[in-house]
Amino acid sequence: MATTERSFITNVWDVFCSLKLTLFLLISLALTSIIGTVLPQGALPPEYVAQISPAKLQIYTKLGFFDMYHSWWFITLLYVFSLNLVSCSIKRLPHVFKFISEPTLILGEGQRNSFPLKKELSFSGSIEKAKDRLSGFLEKEFSAPVISEHNGEYHLFAQKTAWCRLGVYVVHLSILVIFVGAIIGSLTGFKGYVTIVEGTSVNAFESRNGQKMPLDFELLCEKFNVEFYPTGAPKEFRSTLTVLENGKPVPGYSHVKVIVNEPLTYKGITFYQSSYGQSTEGSEHYISVTPKNGGAPEKITVREGATVTLKDGTIFKLLEATQEVRQFAPGFTGPAARIEVTRKGGAPQTFIAFKDFPDVNAQRGDALIFSYEGTNAKQYTGLQVAKDPGVWVVWLGCTLMVLGIFIAFFMSHKRIWVVVSKGHARIYGNASKNQAAFQMQFEDISEKFTEIKI
Amino acid sequence: MTSSMLFNVTTFSYLISTIVFFAFLASRNKSLGLAGSFIAYSGLVVQTVAIALRWKESYDMGVGHAPMANLYESIVFFSWTIVLLFAYIDVRYKYRIVGAFVMPFALLGMAWAQLGMNTGIEPLVPALQSNWLLYHVLTCFLGYAAFAVACGISIMYLIRTAVEGADSSTPAGGLMSMFPPLKVLDDLNYRSIMIGFPLLTLGIITGAAWANYAWGTYWSWDPKETWSLIVWFVYAAFLHARITKGWVGKRAAWLSVIGFAATIFCYLGVNLFLSGLHSYGSTKM
Repeated sequence: MATTERSFITNVWDVFCSLKLTLFLLISLALTSIIGTVLPQGALPPEYVAQISPAKLQIYTKLGFFDMYHSWWFITLLYVFSLNLVSCSIKRLPHVFKFISEPTLILGEGQRNSFPLKKELSFSGSIEKAKDRLSGFLEKEFSAPVISEHNGEYHLFAQKTAWCRLGVYVVHLSILVIFVGAIIGSLTGFKGYVTIVEGTSVNAFESRNGQKMPLDFELLCEKFNVEFYPTGAPKEFRSTLTVLENGKPVPGYSHVKVIVNEPLTYKGITFYQSSYGQSTEGSEHYISVTPKNGGAPEKITVREGATVTLKDGTIFKLLEATQEVRQFAPGFTGPAARIEVTRKGGAPQTFIAFKDFPDVNAQRGDALIFSYEGTNAKQYTGLQVAKDPGVWVVWLGCTLMVLGIFIAFFMSHKRIWVVVSKGHARIYGNASKNQAAFQMQFEDISEKFTEIKI
Repeated sequence: MTSSMLFNVTTFSYLISTIVFFAFLASRNKSLGLAGSFIAYSGLVVQTVAIALRWKESYDMGVGHAPMANLYESIVFFSWTIVLLFAYIDVRYKYRIVGAFVMPFALLGMAWAQLGMNTGIEPLVPALQSNWLLYHVLTCFLGYAAFAVACGISIMYLIRTAVEGADSSTPAGGLMSMFPPLKVLDDLNYRSIMIGFPLLTLGIITGAAWANYAWGTYWSWDPKETWSLIVWFVYAAFLHARITKGWVGKRAAWLSVIGFAATIFCYLGVNLFLSGLHSYGSTKM
């Protein structure tokens, strides 16, 4: 009974240590990750819900497909992946440490024949003299050797960068460090969003799950601007922000420019430029109406969607207004309003009144010239709010990973043995990686080796 | 002389080079191989000048930025890197025949870019106005190109194993005699991925660092991010397959081909079929 239990545990352990499990997990992670790139994640758009069959929707929801990267089975895969990493490392690390700390000092016959890199030197001097001479040679050309005597022969062993065999394990460790960083972030950090109307301040934001989260300071949006390239593509989204403590600006945090790629961090909380829009509260627009045949212009003040009757009985409606018309009317820039004008006894006409193009406004073949004069409406800026104390752990993990990959891929453990017998000495070389490069180095050393006179 | 003209010359060179390499494959005439390489290198030089010129032209237009800001520029850079890596293999390992399997990728990229895409220099939208752009795109595309080369070599490996049958003790003659031995192909495949994998890792890390800097999240499971991770998983599997019994050789070669297919999907498929943060040339923040 005891033996079967033991063998069961051993079997489980062997499975967790196996590279086949590693391959299975890597391929499973790759395949399952595809699901989340094809199906919508998080809050489902209503159009999607409308087009999918209820049965499918239910199955997918049950399987966690709509939040698959946080589903129990995906997290389980990641846990098993971590376990596999740890078990593989626990199983193999002692061997690697032994390999590094207790190198093969004495080269057996079998090993001697298996190395393709070898050269021979004949000498007439004493074996003792040859040992000292060749040991000095190795120290000068490669690295200081360890000398052992065995069966009347001297074995000189020298090595370089033995520790680079640990590179793979640094990579494995780095993955675990990144996971730890991610867990710290999800437990102690938060993500959210806040909108601030120009000239106003906020002391709370909305977290991702819709909760209102307080800030222990105030954030004031002084101004929001958008700049465009001549092509019409946006050039810069810029919020000017001030941090207030007890209603007073904090020195160094007054009128800070925040643009995409240049966030503002205060007390560990970072604000990122994310979106913008026009505030609808208290927004009045100004329109002037000038008779074409001369006469005093009539100034009207109106809200979006509201209707005004002019002096001559014309009905005026402001459909919508924008501070940048470019995307709606190619070739035009600046503020403009889309309006609907119904002359007395006529049909409604819809057109755009510009602020910066009086000629265009005047060219409209009608008795009245409408021009948009602007608004007291304010813009708001939309900011992402984030705090992630785990992020430095993640960067530490990333650094370890790059370092580990570099060591594992581009460095090699190089070993050279010199076996000194009576009358002749043989040199053998071996590298754990990049044989071609080591071969050149070995040929260079062994060339000099064969020319030594003893 | 404009960069656009030079890019046309480049495309034409890669076309001729590919045709000459195919002729080399069919005829086994060594001078054809030399000509194929020479034409490819000429194209590479012209393309290098063209990329530098396009960089300068963007400054002349007042919207100066490294020429890696949209799909067109990225695919031009991708082709450039493929040819550069082929040149390295040709000069370092003297396996010219690899050109017949690698140059078509460079040609496809350039032809699609020149014929099917808007080639204009565009100013940078706010999201791309960052020094991270250069590091991120550079590392990603160097990695992608290394995977393209590895894929070409793996295809050669699979063709050779298919022709020779299960036991490779009796190497086939004829066309196969031009292919490097299986061991060499396997080694070249591994070496290409050894270049590509660290670069992809750096590409993902620089992308994460940039995302964290610009949006406050280093990882948001955006389709592009996820696909880059899928590619990373596939090549990580490849690296482990090479030291696992029963996975050495053919299965590892297949993983390399699948890895490149995933790379291409990550690069293009995500933008064409899925939506996310990396929609090229969009006016998103």
